[in-house]
Parts: sequence; structure tokens; C-alpha cells
Amino acid sequence: MSEVGWWGVLIAVVGGAIRVSTPYLFVSLGETLTEKSGRVNLGLEGTLVMGAMSGYAVAHLTGSPWLGVLVAGMAGATFGLAHGAICNLPRVNDIAVGIALFLLGTGLAFHLGKPFIEPSAPRLPHFALGAWSASPQVRAALEINALFVVGLVLAPLLLWGLRNTRWGLVVRTVGDNSDAARALGYSAEQVRAMATMAGGFLAGVGGSFLSLYYPGTWNEGLSSGQGLMAIALVIFARWNPMHCFWVSLLFGGATALGPALQSIGITTHYYLLNAAPYALTLVLLVWSSSTRHTLVGAPSELRISR
Amino acid sequence: MRLSNGAETAAISAAALLATLVLFGGFVALHGLNPFQVYGVLYLGAFGTWFSLQQTLTQAAPVMLTALCTALPARAGLLVIGGEGALVVGGVATVLVGVALAGAPPPLAIALMCLGGALAGGLWIGAAGALRQFRGVNETISTLLLNYIAIAVMNHLVTGPIRDFAQVLKPASWSIGEAFMLGEIPGTSIHWGLALGVVACLAAWVLMRHTTFGFGVDILGGNVRAARMAGLPIARMVLLTCFLGGGAAGLAGAIEIVAVHGFASSSLAVGFGYAGILVAFLSRQNPLAVVFIAVLLGGISASGGLVQRRFGLPDAATLVLQGTLFVVVLASNTLYGRLRAARVA
Repeated sequence: MSEVGWWGVLIAVVGGAIRVSTPYLFVSLGETLTEKSGRVNLGLEGTLVMGAMSGYAVAHLTGSPWLGVLVAGMAGATFGLAHGAICNLPRVNDIAVGIALFLLGTGLAFHLGKPFIEPSAPRLPHFALGAWSASPQVRAALEINALFVVGLVLAPLLLWGLRNTRWGLVVRTVGDNSDAARALGYSAEQVRAMATMAGGFLAGVGGSFLSLYYPGTWNEGLSSGQGLMAIALVIFARWNPMHCFWVSLLFGGATALGPALQSIGITTHYYLLNAAPYALTLVLLVWSSSTRHTLVGAPSELRISR
Repeated sequence: MRLSNGAETAAISAAALLATLVLFGGFVALHGLNPFQVYGVLYLGAFGTWFSLQQTLTQAAPVMLTALCTALPARAGLLVIGGEGALVVGGVATVLVGVALAGAPPPLAIALMCLGGALAGGLWIGAAGALRQFRGVNETISTLLLNYIAIAVMNHLVTGPIRDFAQVLKPASWSIGEAFMLGEIPGTSIHWGLALGVVACLAAWVLMRHTTFGFGVDILGGNVRAARMAGLPIARMVLLTCFLGGGAAGLAGAIEIVAVHGFASSSLAVGFGYAGILVAFLSRQNPLAVVFIAVLLGGISASGGLVQRRFGLPDAATLVLQGTLFVVVLASNTLYGRLRAARVA
């Protein structure tokens, strides 16, 4: 293999990390917020697909990709609210409801999205930071999409908000000790429903990225479990929004590895490399879990981190 | 007066089913269709004719087994959703065993293939159980990841190392050969896998209901601390329920090979594992109920095509119906123990 080829792989992986990480980033930020309130929403994969479909449909019908992003977020918020409201009923398992909403969200998106598989929708804008380079690979890698920038701003903002604001404190209190929150006069159910709704909004926005930027089209095979991996990613990121950002980049790079190698002609292990992000998630999960002590940063009311 | 357990379950299940039919009926009505007509066709496509009934039962066979993959660990308090991956792994193992045994007497070969598939699936989910027990890795997420890994590994194998280039339609593995195929139940077009599925569910029911092991598992599922105080072998119970559940899903993969396809390909990963999760929850993790609910769900899947042709609804409509049913049934869990209060009020 020539030296240029390997540089090409590296550039493609870096570019891929930036490009592919965006849905991971939004879903993991949303899930972090939800889990900080003490609940797990495993349905974000369905929310992601629903966001992708509704965003694409609205962008196609109105011609405005940003309107599509907004509607995708609202669709996600609706699913989040449904999850929050159902889980507020006593004796209802939040993980199971998540799986159910995953199924329902995917089904609804496929059903309602049928007419939108053919037509095209406008794409979201990007910043061409690689315009200085003569190499087309570098230029392609440094096309920074607008939603990535939004996520880049959102991650530290969420971190700051959770640490330093009143609502951040309320969310964390509910997540760590709902009885204490109740004693302070906050309804744990209400806070959790709101946190799940906000988390759903972000996951929906993450979904719109898939259909409106990369790959930039709507079809039923659009998501390959990014919404699920993002949830595992939150555990590895220790419920810290900035860590979510870095881990999302890592995952984006892992996802981009297979296609990058294929582009320089290494196709022998293409399918095996497709498993890279999942295997990476599992390895990181095994590495960061322990039976002996609770994870740092884990909300103690959380079912998933016991 | 408090309702008996059976009556309570029946009443709540019926209410959930009714609520689902109303919700989905409204959804269908939004498309300008008459819900009663749609349900009529749904019934016709599921159970209405001998042909559709056979289709339904054939669909139900693997789902019964993948449902056990969620239901058995669930009794010990684990939420395993790796049936799809265990089915795929089991299917691939079945092909490998079958090819290795070429020339052996068919009954023996079929038995060993099924055993190999079950063993592979069992180890696959058993590993997730071990990670949970000894490393604290959340089993829901790990089994979900294992699904994707299993499918990627299968795709890798059938496009390279074990690819049969005579198969032109899509990448597929070597074939186990006509002689090793499991036949159909005489007088029907239903393969023997259905019988295996029913037997496995009955065996699981006996194990969970009529043995000390099953009793211990129920204690563990109800209260970990109580199980620990009673000195129950928790690790063994977790590993064994995961192994048996995974084994059932692996057997489903084996059946898909020896009774349907004859080779491994992407046709293995068509969602039987995910349907199994739904069936397990609708059955409230009761292996005996799994048999009937799997037939019900199999009916919904089998009638999807007919509903699509007759009304022009996308085939994902059955997915919407299943999703709605799933959500409503989970939400209805909140009613348990409250029916009496509702009566007084």
C-alpha cells in the first residue's frame, strides 16, 4: 500500500469522525440529560429514526432544512414526553418502555416515511474549512457541518448548566435522591418527564442530521443503531457532556474506518470492520464497568448503572 | 374483594388489547380506511384460512424460541434483548456443524446441528450473563450490541470464508444439503420446528414452575437481597437462565437453517429476535403464555402482506400495530393490584 493511501485513510477517518459523530453527540447529550434525572430512555434509536423521517419530510415539503431540524426535534420531544409520561405510572419499567417506543418509533417512521423515500430534500449547510487545501480528500474531511458546530456549543453549555444553574441542580437532585427532591418541593415525575422530553428533542435533531446532511437522504436502512450505541456511550462518558463530545468523535472515527479502508481498496474485512463501533462500545463498556463500586458521576436513582 | 391472579391478568390483558385496537383503529382511520374492515382482513390473513393459519404457525415457531431468550433471564431479573444475535450465531453454527458432518446419517446430523446451534446461542447470551454477573456490565446494552456484532460476523463469513459462490441471488454460506433438511409435519406445510418450539416452551414452563431451580430464580428476580440472604447460588442462576435463553434462540437459528433455508444468509436476521422480546413481555415472561402470544404475533406478521395489498398500507403498518401493543401492555402493568380500588371508586 502506498504512503498516500494510508494518509488518505487517516484523513478520511478524521473527516468521518467529524461527520459521523454528530448524531452520536446529540443523542448522547440528550440521554445524559435524561439519565441525570434518574431515568433511562432506551427508545432513542426509534426517536432518531423518527427525527430523520420527519425532518426530511418537512425539509422536502417546505424547502427549509432548518425547519426540518426543528420539526425533527419536536417529533423527538413528543416521543420523549410519551416515554416520560408512561414511566411516571407506578410499576412501569423505563427500560422496557424504551424498547417498546424504539419499536413504535421505527415502525411509525417507516410507515409515514414511505412516500418520502424517492423525492429529494435540501441539505443542511456546512463550513468549508478545508478550502485552503488542494487535496480533495482534505477539503472533504474539513467540511464542518452546521449541526456539529451547534453540538460543539451545546456540550459545554449543558455541562455548565447541569453544574451551575438551579434547574441543573434540580435535575441532579432528582436523579440522585428523588426523596430529597420531593422534600424540597419538586415533583420527581415532572422533572423526569421534562428531562426525557428535552432528551428526546436532542435525539430527534440528531436524527435529522442523518437525513439532511450525511448520508443526506431518507430510507429505512438509514440508522444502524447509532441511537443505541449513543446510550452505551453515555455510560462510558460518565454522564459528562464534554466527555460525550470526545467519545462521539471516537465513535465517529470507528464507524468511518470500514468505508475509509474500502476507499483505498482494502475490502477483505469490510463487514468485520462494520462491527468495529459495536465491538468498541462493548469493550469500553466492559472496561468501564465494575461490580465493586458505583461508577463516578452515575446518578444513584438510575436503573442501568447498578 | 380481590380478584384472583388469573382473572386480574385476563382482565388487564383484555383491556390492553382493546385499547390497542382502538388506538390503531384511529391511526388507520386517519388514512381514510374503515378500521373494522382492516381488522377483518387482518384476521383473514392471520387465521381465516387453512393457508394463512399455516403461514402464521410457521412464523410463530422461531418467535416462541427467541421469546424464551428474553423470558427466562427476565425471571431472574435480567433484561436480555439479544435474541436476534443468538439466532444468527446459532444459525451459522448449525451450518458449520452440518457441513462438517456431511455424509453422516441424517437423523443424527440434524440432532447434532440443532444441538450445535443451541450451544452457540447459549454461549453467546451466557457470555452477556457472565459480563453482568462478574463485571457489572448492563446486560440490556451488551446483548443489544452483540446483535449487531453477530450480524456483522455472519455477513463477514458468508461473503468470504464460508461463501458458496454458486448462490447468485445474495451472498450465502455453503449449503447443508437436501438430505439434512428437516421435513414438514405430515398433511401440512408447517415444518417440525413448530413442535420443537412448543416442546421448548413447555420444558421451560416446567423448569420455571415445578422445580426448585425455577422457584429460586423467581426469588432472585423478585428480590436480589432476599436471594442472597437465602444463600441461593445467584451466579449460577444468572448464567444458567442466560445460557438456556440463548440456547433457545440459537435453536431458533438452527431451525431456520435445517427447516427453511438450508444455508446461512442475511435472511436469518429478519427480526424474529426482536419479535421475541415483544412476545416475552406480552406473555409476562410466562413460557406457557409465550406459545399462544407467539401465534398471535405470528398472525399479525403473516397478515401484513395481505393488509398491504388490500388497502395500500405500507408493510410497516404491522410494525406500528406491534409497537402500539407493546407500549400499551407495558403501561397496563400499572393496573395490577389496583382493580379492586377502581371498583370501590
